[in-house]
Amino acid sequence: MSVRRLVGESLVPAATLAAALLAWEAATWAFRIPRFVMPPPSAIFAEAWDWRYRFIGHAWVTLYETLGGFALSIAVGVPLAVLIVYSPALRNALYPLIVLAQSVPKIAIAPVLLLVLGHGEIPKVIVAFLVAFFPVVVDTATGLAATPPELLDLSRSYRASALKTFMKVRLPMAMPFFFAGAKVAITLAVIGAVVGEFVGSDKGLGYVILSATSYWKTELAFSSMILLSLMAIVLFGAVSLVERLVCPWLVQEAGE
Amino acid sequence: MIRLDAVGKTYRTRRGDLVRAVEDVTLHVEENEFVTLVGPSGCGKSTLLKLVAGLTPATHGTIAIRGQPVREPFGDVGFVFQQPVLLPWRSVLDNVLFSVEMLGRQPREYRKQALDLLELTGLSGFETKYPRELSGGMQQRVAICRALLPDPSLLLMDEPFGALDAMTREEMSLELLRIWEERRKTILFVTHSIPEAILLADRVVVMTPRPGRVARILPIALPRPRTMDLEFDARFKAASDEVRELIFARRLDR
Repeated sequence: MSVRRLVGESLVPAATLAAALLAWEAATWAFRIPRFVMPPPSAIFAEAWDWRYRFIGHAWVTLYETLGGFALSIAVGVPLAVLIVYSPALRNALYPLIVLAQSVPKIAIAPVLLLVLGHGEIPKVIVAFLVAFFPVVVDTATGLAATPPELLDLSRSYRASALKTFMKVRLPMAMPFFFAGAKVAITLAVIGAVVGEFVGSDKGLGYVILSATSYWKTELAFSSMILLSLMAIVLFGAVSLVERLVCPWLVQEAGE
Repeated sequence: MIRLDAVGKTYRTRRGDLVRAVEDVTLHVEENEFVTLVGPSGCGKSTLLKLVAGLTPATHGTIAIRGQPVREPFGDVGFVFQQPVLLPWRSVLDNVLFSVEMLGRQPREYRKQALDLLELTGLSGFETKYPRELSGGMQQRVAICRALLPDPSLLLMDEPFGALDAMTREEMSLELLRIWEERRKTILFVTHSIPEAILLADRVVVMTPRPGRVARILPIALPRPRTMDLEFDARFKAASDEVRELIFARRLDR
């Protein structure tokens, strides 16, 4: 990486962020903004440091609710996409239902789900799944349908079985689309898990935010939010990394 | 080798209309003959290739290859399309091996031949590259290698050079002739280009559109090996005038 790119891609955004934090810090002191309205960054970081051990437990709960919902969205979404692409009858039967499920606001479903499924982590996993699965289904189905018809003709002219054509042509062809959906899904799964925790829980970062605000501990709420964002960024990065390992042909060469 | 007798293909569109893509096509192709099909868009040339490959059944007439009626895909063909349609996740070498893999043969046993084919088409040194690292002409060469690797007796080419720029296109035509001299095959070659059709062919099948019919089958008696200079040959000119007249005269009638 050239010096110019290093400055452009890393230093400039870092400097912008640092400047914004400094301005924020200065504003809270200069205008004497009460802490519970808008805490300065220094107070937020101090609070996060105080909470570091307690945060581990809460972050862990939110993390596995998120990952559970994400895993479920793939386990359900990919087979659904295959069914939709291979069977016109199933497509007609399932697609309206999937779109309907998507158009119901998940935040509205969450209280009902928790009522039905009770407390604990499973209902949050389900909410995370419901929020996350749509892009997986739609993008994977788009990818599976994106195989050029000539390639399907080619496979057929060689008398290859449908399964072989699926494994060697259609599935790898759909991979970049699948990952596009998975990257959206992982960020949505975080939102789903937090929404689930908002509705009713005694663990997780969503619960910490909710209880912190009811006790006017705004700096705790802020530090939980930052932790949640970091978690979402790391998860997104992890999916991108897997994408690069699975689809190395998509990687652009440096300098291209 | 290929016998098409009074072949017709009618299909139903999604809206339920019947479309006659091909009608009453009779064509007998000899073993190792190079036949080009030329005509405007919509004259069913591509449909004809699919019929010969057994990818779609004829609604009228009979198609037979070496006396065997064609009812389903039979594996002994190589297909080259207008787009190279390579697999972007496979290296050049693995793309060439794709055909034998899909035929259910052992790719390991074809490695040497695949490398030979890449050398024959001037792609030595590119074996480990991804298709996106290659130019359009080079990608189409890989597609041709892929089609040739299982050594099919029949090569079906659907406007294989149609997406290439004019210079690459001429180069590829001559290269195809060179490959064909070395590895004789029966070739059915669809094109929009009249000079290309004449340059390559033993016989040119001129087709007219909607429904696709054979207007005339023109033997090309030009000597081989052929070069670009032939375009200035009087016989080449006469043949291309005849083809042009067949295609455009019909158009004016309508």
